[in-house]
Amino acid sequence: MTKEKKKLSRRKFLVRGGLGTIGVLAVGTYLFRNTIRRGIAGMVNTADTPYMGNTSTPIIWFEITAQNKVIVHSPKVEMGQGTFTSLAQMAADELEVGIDQIQVVHANSISGNIDGFATGGSTSVSALWVPLRELAATMREMLKNEAAEKIGISVSEVSVANGVVLGGGKTMTYADIARNVKEWDVPDTPMLKDVKDYKFVGKAIPRVDLKDKVFGAPIFGMDASMPDLLFGAVVRPEYIGAKYIGADISKAEDMPGVVKIIKENDFVGVVATSLIEAENAKEVIEAEWQVERNWQTADIEDMIKVGKGEPFLIQKEGDAEEILDDSEGLITSEYKSPIGAHAQIEPNGALAHVEENKVTIMMSTQVVKITRDEIAERLDMDADKVNIVPTFLGGGFGRRLHTPNAVQAAVLSKAVGKPVKCFFTRKEEFQNDTFRPPTHHVLKAKLTSEGAIKAIEHNVSSGDVAFGSPMLPGIAEPILGADLGAWRGGMIQYGAIPNFRTISWRQKLPFATSWWRSLGLLANTFAIESFMDELAITAKVDPVTFRLSQIQDDDRGFRLKEVIKAAAEKSGYTDKVIKGRAMGFAVSTDANTPCAQVAEVSVVNNKIKVHKVTCAMDPGLVINPDQVRAQCEGAIIMGMSAAMFEKMDIKDGQLTPTIYGPYQMALMKHAPKEIDVVLLQNSDTPGAVGEPPLGPIGAAIANAVFRLKGERLRSMPLELS
Amino acid sequence: MKISFEINGASRTVEIEDQHTPLLWVVRDRLNLKGTKFGCGKAACGACTLHVDGEAVRSCSYPVKFAEGKQIITIEGLGDEKNPHPVQQAWIEEIVPQCGYCQPGFMMATAALLNKVPNPTDADIDQNIFNVCRCATYYRMRKAIHRAVEIQETNKPKTEA
Repeated sequence: MTKEKKKLSRRKFLVRGGLGTIGVLAVGTYLFRNTIRRGIAGMVNTADTPYMGNTSTPIIWFEITAQNKVIVHSPKVEMGQGTFTSLAQMAADELEVGIDQIQVVHANSISGNIDGFATGGSTSVSALWVPLRELAATMREMLKNEAAEKIGISVSEVSVANGVVLGGGKTMTYADIARNVKEWDVPDTPMLKDVKDYKFVGKAIPRVDLKDKVFGAPIFGMDASMPDLLFGAVVRPEYIGAKYIGADISKAEDMPGVVKIIKENDFVGVVATSLIEAENAKEVIEAEWQVERNWQTADIEDMIKVGKGEPFLIQKEGDAEEILDDSEGLITSEYKSPIGAHAQIEPNGALAHVEENKVTIMMSTQVVKITRDEIAERLDMDADKVNIVPTFLGGGFGRRLHTPNAVQAAVLSKAVGKPVKCFFTRKEEFQNDTFRPPTHHVLKAKLTSEGAIKAIEHNVSSGDVAFGSPMLPGIAEPILGADLGAWRGGMIQYGAIPNFRTISWRQKLPFATSWWRSLGLLANTFAIESFMDELAITAKVDPVTFRLSQIQDDDRGFRLKEVIKAAAEKSGYTDKVIKGRAMGFAVSTDANTPCAQVAEVSVVNNKIKVHKVTCAMDPGLVINPDQVRAQCEGAIIMGMSAAMFEKMDIKDGQLTPTIYGPYQMALMKHAPKEIDVVLLQNSDTPGAVGEPPLGPIGAAIANAVFRLKGERLRSMPLELS
Repeated sequence: MKISFEINGASRTVEIEDQHTPLLWVVRDRLNLKGTKFGCGKAACGACTLHVDGEAVRSCSYPVKFAEGKQIITIEGLGDEKNPHPVQQAWIEEIVPQCGYCQPGFMMATAALLNKVPNPTDADIDQNIFNVCRCATYYRMRKAIHRAVEIQETNKPKTEA
């Protein structure tokens, strides 16, 4: 099975174009033409995201140590998704070194090896698949050339294995070769090896960060330290829309351990000799806030309704509008999802050290470049004087796709002339999260007399996801019209249906909403795939056959059908309730990765219990099957958590709850005892892994509950009446 | 005031102004053992779990004064690469961690459970392991806990000749 891919220019080591380019190309001529918007929407939905960093030379990527190891400086951060391990596998195979000879570290921003975009969107491995291997192969050739010259033979006479070059009866390690080389000639990019000849790509190599994480190594942002370290705390707003006016700091100044209180135009913070002292002093600062409105949950629910806000047609085929215009034979349902918190365990924070002409920031962030630029701007320094030293992330999930808290840490450090570490408390995390926006969905359809779908329409109302993000240039908003994050997973994936359309309704909410692992996929799939189940039941067809019959015969359709068949077969899908358990089926396509899931559930004391989940996913070429499985297992339980338990409320202007427990999440006791993952590889390049398996689980559970209890749950978190 | 305790086998005395300071911050910022994590500060997530006299304790809410004269074990003292604790060995074999931040707390909670219940059932695990993992690695953790029991059994010194 080959997949037709858009070939990017193969001129070697040119910086590749990206999302920004799409915007620039489209602007001007077509700004307000809806068909173009739909075209762009389709591109964003299906195109592979290219890598947006510097691939001009291997020198900034690889470092060879005296012990003959190769350090890979990764512009992508490791937040649990396993990217470091995949990069090690890809680099080792082309560099001709053993996997144990590779060490992957985060590239500092002053190294020049900086991602122009972010780590997110399940794009790290797919975007680096070609560039990283080309860089590694080029580095290998550079070493061979240098060795040949040192030995005094032609490069065709040298061979290489395990980081050792053999030629002319001599052996030289990479370390021997690289020693004292001041300048490297960068040759033309060599041919890449055949995937079947790789030793590490495709194998279940243990995570490269496994031991650090099992033995408690200090690798996270919160573990960062420096000599003479002081601790900061910043007063953060507790009410939605609160604007900082000023603060009375008189009580805080005399608190034990306080070094300095720092009043800025936009915030007030304290620096003390310990974290507890800083927090205690912060508690007695009396900050004044201006709050415009006393928001309640009901106000938000009232805003997030299909029909309110700005509509944008993002997908259209045939004439669904006219067919669904009258009520004869019309089937319609509404679905809802609540505000979700990221709730990653490591709070946001940073260690900042601002010196005379140099800034060092150690922190967990998904946006190294944006954070660097924000600090440079605030301190009025050149960006190349600001060194962001990324650490391992104690969870990302999109929460760290904007980390302006680093700017505050830098301001505090500058004020005291010493390194300052400043973190959020858990309450501040929950109150100041950049939430998963709530959604409302209206689905409409008509069936033919044979029980096929004649026309279907999905309307989704959502708060912003991508819009308002520093990653997306403001210019993209009028071009895209609809928020590409909000409608992720919102398009109809069943191409054989003759008439369908999707409309995205934009609503700007009074609190920050943003990227949450899989963005709109979780809620959109919950709505669409629950509705597909309702249609299948109306058509009196089993949900597997029903779905298969609505899928077009092209490459995308083939891959979708294959995961559906694999999940049905592996789970032994049946509509029957057996021994008090029922199965539910759902499938989604996210960033070109189709994923089908079957949830097996029972209901005990009116509570849903998920016993087993079967997951069939086709992410294309799999670099590390064990880590792809791990992503599926985690995404399934995280998706369960969001679908069954999680919900933020707004009470008298405050987001609540502000602590784990009251913010209910899936725990060990809720996790399925069985998760069966089937991996298909019907594409010869690696695709998205980290987010796609979050899609189907909510609908799969709700569909199973319907078969068991006859009650259709159309609102997350799923609760029986 | 001065507070003395044993941590990972070594006797330590710390001079501390506020005896209500949570043990977590003494361990992390005074003794520079960063393996024990801060997650919530309210004993709600378990990221800060360590052992005090063999019991799993959420150290973010444990005033340091209560540590006087006690034996504390953190993830750094549980085992190391050369001599991993059965729980750590099992975590490696099952490749449990993803982001890894909460994992020391889970391993400490598991090690304490195995001290009391050497061969826990799934129900024992559900009841006793209630830390929060946002990557939701629970599926592998459960497998690793059962695997740790096997490793523990194998490691037991043979009593018969």
